[in-house]
Amino acid sequence: MTAPRRRGGAAGAVQDREPVLEVEDLRVSFATFDGVAEVLNGVSLEVRPGQRVGLVGESGCGKSVTMRAIMGILPERAARIRGRLRFEGRDLLTMSRAQRQALKGNAMSMVFQDPMTSLNPVFRIGEQLSDIVRWADRRRGEHRTGNARRARILEVLEQVRLPDPARILDAYPLQLSGGMRQRVLIAMALLNRPRFLIADEPGTALDVTTQDEILRLLNDLVRDERLALLMITHNLGVVREMTDHVYVMYAGNVVEEGTTAEIFAAPAHPYTRALFACVPKLSGGRAFAGIDGTLPDYTQPPDGCRFHPRCPHAGERCLTLPPAFAIGGSHRSACWLHEGEGGAA
Amino acid sequence: MTPEPILQVRDLRKLFPVRRGLFQRVVGHVRAIDGVGFEVQRGEIFGLAGESGSGKSTLARIVVGLSTPTSGSIRFGGEEVATLRGTRAFRRRVQMVFQNPGSSLNPRRSIQQTLQVPLHFSGLEPARWDQRAAELLEMVELPAAFRSKYPFELSGGQKQRVAIARALAVGPELLVLDEPTSALDVSVQAKVIELLVRIRNELNLSYLFISHDLSLMRNFTSRLAVMYLGKLSEVGFTGDVFTAPKHPYTQGLISSVPVVSAEEAALKPVVERIRGEIPSPTNVPPGCSFHTRCPQCFEPCREADPTFRGAGFEHAVRCHLYPEGDGA
Repeated sequence: MTAPRRRGGAAGAVQDREPVLEVEDLRVSFATFDGVAEVLNGVSLEVRPGQRVGLVGESGCGKSVTMRAIMGILPERAARIRGRLRFEGRDLLTMSRAQRQALKGNAMSMVFQDPMTSLNPVFRIGEQLSDIVRWADRRRGEHRTGNARRARILEVLEQVRLPDPARILDAYPLQLSGGMRQRVLIAMALLNRPRFLIADEPGTALDVTTQDEILRLLNDLVRDERLALLMITHNLGVVREMTDHVYVMYAGNVVEEGTTAEIFAAPAHPYTRALFACVPKLSGGRAFAGIDGTLPDYTQPPDGCRFHPRCPHAGERCLTLPPAFAIGGSHRSACWLHEGEGGAA
Repeated sequence: MTPEPILQVRDLRKLFPVRRGLFQRVVGHVRAIDGVGFEVQRGEIFGLAGESGSGKSTLARIVVGLSTPTSGSIRFGGEEVATLRGTRAFRRRVQMVFQNPGSSLNPRRSIQQTLQVPLHFSGLEPARWDQRAAELLEMVELPAAFRSKYPFELSGGQKQRVAIARALAVGPELLVLDEPTSALDVSVQAKVIELLVRIRNELNLSYLFISHDLSLMRNFTSRLAVMYLGKLSEVGFTGDVFTAPKHPYTQGLISSVPVVSAEEAALKPVVERIRGEIPSPTNVPPGCSFHTRCPQCFEPCREADPTFRGAGFEHAVRCHLYPEGDGA
């Protein structure tokens, strides 16, 4: 990663900070009845403090597997993980299980997607939040009084702008609306003061007006707490409004990366361009086309570029996997079309 | 040419009783639909937009006769649906495509069998059913070999195509599409929408299209109604509603859609955001039901429910901010 990545103004400072998370050539495969599924085929990305990074792609492209590999919640027996995962300079894949457990839910945390199923319906919100604090304390060998725990929980509930936090503590999940439940999930992730947060499709299950509020909240939290945010989504509109840097995934590869401004000004990879063309525009015009074909079978992925069977520009050389070509600034696209444009990265 | 409505909905109401206690006494009502009226013209794609809980799916179910209204009237091709519903003739004319193709197709039936169920009502002789199934698959751009497949072998987009083919089997005039693409990826959604546009043009169908996706509405529908807590807030030609939304709710909705270009962002109305969430339909606020979240709420909104300003094909809005009886 040597390409110049500085942007103008105050935001440029983000690029000088050491990355919180570095993912390098991550490969994940699963043993299935139909053979070995090569799901992640060399994913590299990084997230810095105060930076909002988007990982975008359609269902089945490997976003969730990437997220689970980072959080260490892939099924250990089925998944084979190679490559490098570093958190604040420490290698996550070689550290002991206890060390990794100590990071999970503490320094690195996660907001789950579905506010309906991620809370236990038979426990009060207060009990569920309290458990998280208690376990984190125990792992650190500390102990807080019930009152101290309650004070911390109320503080976080206020931080996620839930009205009447004391009443929320005594409520069961079904007594809260979808938007409130999503806020509780964000509060849960923040309880132990993480430095890195993964948000998996936040607000997708909610109405647009509520989603808008949730996204604003996340935005403010990143700014105030200097969090490093990795946001996983399929919604390009959310990416544009919520992120500084974007990675576009297709079939287990990052096919394009760049600052959000760069990618939205001039999407370069044929897949990214096709994806943009699919999005219905608020300006109308009915100009949306689909993408022919389907995602490849991961047990028998196509040779070379995994997008070539669906790509209008495919040719002979696409049978070899293209490297990520630099095409100006921090913008890179893994497509042979860009060979010679800005020199290989 | 005077437009001829295929569907006329007048002052429709649907109340669900809320029962409590040992004797299941009725303690109140959920006002799922509370005085809704609109018309769908022949050949038109009429959109119904709204948040979850606004009553749009209940309305869809009533239109196809899966549910009965508490009061009001629905006329289909000039005839009362209350008398038509349940008859084979009605089922031949109105069909529905559901949201989730994963659960609306019977997993134990092959695609061929699924497509043949509605043919029982089509009046077509059984000897020609195989041929009809092949035609239907061709119409939705699926290979003929899919006839012997089962739903689990199909992708989400392919399943939704089968569901569309099934709805088309009896040769309907009106299709009610209840969020047909919300479970699909955008690349697949685009293909399905393209298919729906083509089929409508070829077969001269009318669509009642229900969705919460405003960007999709903008591109697909010709007229649009925005629904909130069982009532319509605004009705008009899609272009008018998007370029000059009148109701504060519509303005807020459009302004909170995440968009992918600066060009689109410039089209979003600059308004104060809508706060909070849609209230429960068991406990609808008095006056204008939107007043609790409305950034422009003033005195009359808390007291009286506004009536529609504008009628017919005008851009109509139900809001106290506009003078009564005026459509402009």
